[in-house]
Amino acid sequence: MLSLISAIFIGGVAGYLGSLMITKRMGLVGGPLGHLALPGVALALVFNFNVFYGALLTIVLGGILIWLLEVKTKAPMEALTGLVFASGVSLGFLILPFSDEHQLEEALIGDISKISFFDTILAIILCALIFLIIRKIYSKLVLAEISEDLAKTERIDVKKYNFIYLACIAVIVALTVKLVGGLLPVALIVIPALTARNLSKNSFQYSFGSLIFGAVSAILGIFLFKLSGYPAGLLIILVGALIFVASMSLRK
Amino acid sequence: MPDTILKVENLNVKFGREEVIKNLSFEVKRGEFLIVLGPNGAGKTTLFKAILGLISSSGEIIWQGAKIPKISYLPERLSQDKFKNLAITVKEFFRFRESSDEKIFSILKAVGLEPDEILNKNPGDLSSGQFQRMLIAWSLISEPEILFFDEPVTGIDIGGEETIYFLLEKFWKEKNLTILLVTHDLNIVYKYATNVLCLSKKEICCFGPAKEILTPKVLEKIYGTEIKFYEHKHA
Repeated sequence: MLSLISAIFIGGVAGYLGSLMITKRMGLVGGPLGHLALPGVALALVFNFNVFYGALLTIVLGGILIWLLEVKTKAPMEALTGLVFASGVSLGFLILPFSDEHQLEEALIGDISKISFFDTILAIILCALIFLIIRKIYSKLVLAEISEDLAKTERIDVKKYNFIYLACIAVIVALTVKLVGGLLPVALIVIPALTARNLSKNSFQYSFGSLIFGAVSAILGIFLFKLSGYPAGLLIILVGALIFVASMSLRK
Repeated sequence: MPDTILKVENLNVKFGREEVIKNLSFEVKRGEFLIVLGPNGAGKTTLFKAILGLISSSGEIIWQGAKIPKISYLPERLSQDKFKNLAITVKEFFRFRESSDEKIFSILKAVGLEPDEILNKNPGDLSSGQFQRMLIAWSLISEPEILFFDEPVTGIDIGGEETIYFLLEKFWKEKNLTILLVTHDLNIVYKYATNVLCLSKKEICCFGPAKEILTPKVLEKIYGTEIKFYEHKHA
């Protein structure tokens, strides 16, 4: 039950935030950010604390490191991201004892089945908070995407909102790591939004559709997990992908 | 004598080492239709951005009056393609600025659009003429006192262009707007401008009523080559 509740919240809000990320053409960011979480997840598993904290810690550190390297070297951001996340993944694998297959699997593809009561509450609170924040700044960021100058003349502090938005991404990716591991957060971010995009006529339907498809995939995925025993994260993603395929035939 | 709404004094803008605008000073009176004229790269867009505080500059930009007037700005190349990638409707686009359906309806009608026909469409799916009209409606809906338009007709056919300028002139008169418009279309200058500000790469600026200052010699200085322009006079 706890795993179902946390999966619904994480899946739904990841989808909702994902709809904005796709609008801003940042859908793939979830990939490297998830990988950045790996060393933190490894530390959390070895020293037995909540993987969310570990993931958030190394995602934020990694983000700062990429930013610093960019300032120092002026090299392209995406190349530096490659450097930092690959180093992070390598470090993660060095920390993780290879002998423990279960830990390795949990780090890579997640394990929500044994989530504690406290962690569930934490996930619910953080997801609710992110949802409320993003709902408040959603339209401002869309306008900035249409034209940053236009947004600025509307007295929208684009830098501030971008920062808040990036912080929300870091937190949501860290949360998804519990559900789908360090390899796959990108799936929870892009798939619901892609599905909603096929079926929506306006921004409202698109953003809330993403939330709903994220949550529905989570419910069905957890249900299949209870039936089959396969990892829940993988099932949630595959269900989401199937819904996407179905949505293609109904495309508006 | 109308009062001054904007005063620009010794404005300087640099991109790196390159001086794009150098020691520019001018005044805009309330109700003026000021056209900023000049070739590509002369700093027209930069001037707008500096006045609007979108880029850093030195010198003084002084808004006269008790408070900063309500400003609307239409940047250059606000492309329809941007909208095509977004799940957004015309109505939602107007919602950024105005929540009353009634107001949205009436402003769309005022620019000659049929609200029922377009409100639920994506702005990217409108015809280019409809799109430009929609942008004008969008910039007017907040009831601005001063409008900054940067090449509002790029990419529209000639018939469409005329409608856009006709609309601008109509609102300018009706609502007693102050308009600052960037263009390099000389026709427009003679037809609508109360004043012209010319910028050129050679840093020569001229400022004043079009018919007085835009002599062939000045035009040659601005554009660098000999330009012949015949003003069409209608009986």
